[in-house]
Amino acid sequence: MKFGVIVFPGSNCDRDIAMVTEGILNQPTRMIWHQETDIDDIDVIVIPGGFSYGDYLRCGAIARFSPVMKSVIGHAEAGKLVLGICNGFQVLTEIGLLPGALIRNRDMHFICDRVSIRVENNQSVWTKGYQSQEIVNFPIAHGEGNYYADETTLKYLEDNGLILFRYSSPKGRIDDQNNPNGSCQNIAGITNKQGNVLGMMPHPERASDIALGATDGKALFTSLLT
Amino acid sequence: MTQKFNSRVYITLRPSVLDTAGTAVMSGLQQLGYQGVENVRIGKYIEVTLSAENQADADKQLDKMCDQLLANPVIENYAFELSPVEE
Repeated sequence: MKFGVIVFPGSNCDRDIAMVTEGILNQPTRMIWHQETDIDDIDVIVIPGGFSYGDYLRCGAIARFSPVMKSVIGHAEAGKLVLGICNGFQVLTEIGLLPGALIRNRDMHFICDRVSIRVENNQSVWTKGYQSQEIVNFPIAHGEGNYYADETTLKYLEDNGLILFRYSSPKGRIDDQNNPNGSCQNIAGITNKQGNVLGMMPHPERASDIALGATDGKALFTSLLT
Repeated sequence: MTQKFNSRVYITLRPSVLDTAGTAVMSGLQQLGYQGVENVRIGKYIEVTLSAENQADADKQLDKMCDQLLANPVIENYAFELSPVEE
């Protein structure tokens, strides 16, 4: 499985991804500068966290005009895998590969923390390494991670099992108290209808190495290899 | 013949979207003693100067610009004013 990590000016989690895919999983991994357009050799495209183009105008808004993004859209439309983490999730909603938008956290603050996440659907290529309703611990680090979508879209996501991750209590309770950023229905990660595009605010790549004290994220990457 | 236009674009969050910055500013105003303040919504103001065939063309172009980039229609509304530049 060959991974490609998109690097925009302002990306800052790109090397963390490569550290996992290449360093821990021993998979070939290529860093893809945003001006490249040929990504045919790649199986899994990862759009990493960071502040692409300084988050000017809106988070992810300018990144979508990078030459590489046209190829990423083609990659997704061909049914190949695309993972957007944090700023990558924001980019995926801005280009319309995923519905909804990420707005300012409910309490305004940038949040850097470890939170409990409930795996809502483990029938996805991304989550088959987890148990259904398993509670995992992922780091989050964002100022604009408050997932917003209208009622129709939320119902569509729910009805089709497209919500893969929700913020929860350590015991799996989904409520406002355990919703760090105010996301609609505690949503932390969703896929498209085909299931090949995943966007999530939490950082599984920062929880994949025992040296960092957390390994709950590793199963997301190993799921892709089997 | 193209003509130059100045435009003023106003981007606002859709009413259904929580404006956390607006809420924080509202509470600041109330703490300053402005107890009459009932609501604050913060948006963006963008000035765009462009050349176009005529006013209708400029209007059409700006509408597309707002839809494609300046605003995110999922969460934002937009409005703009357009006036020819006197040269």
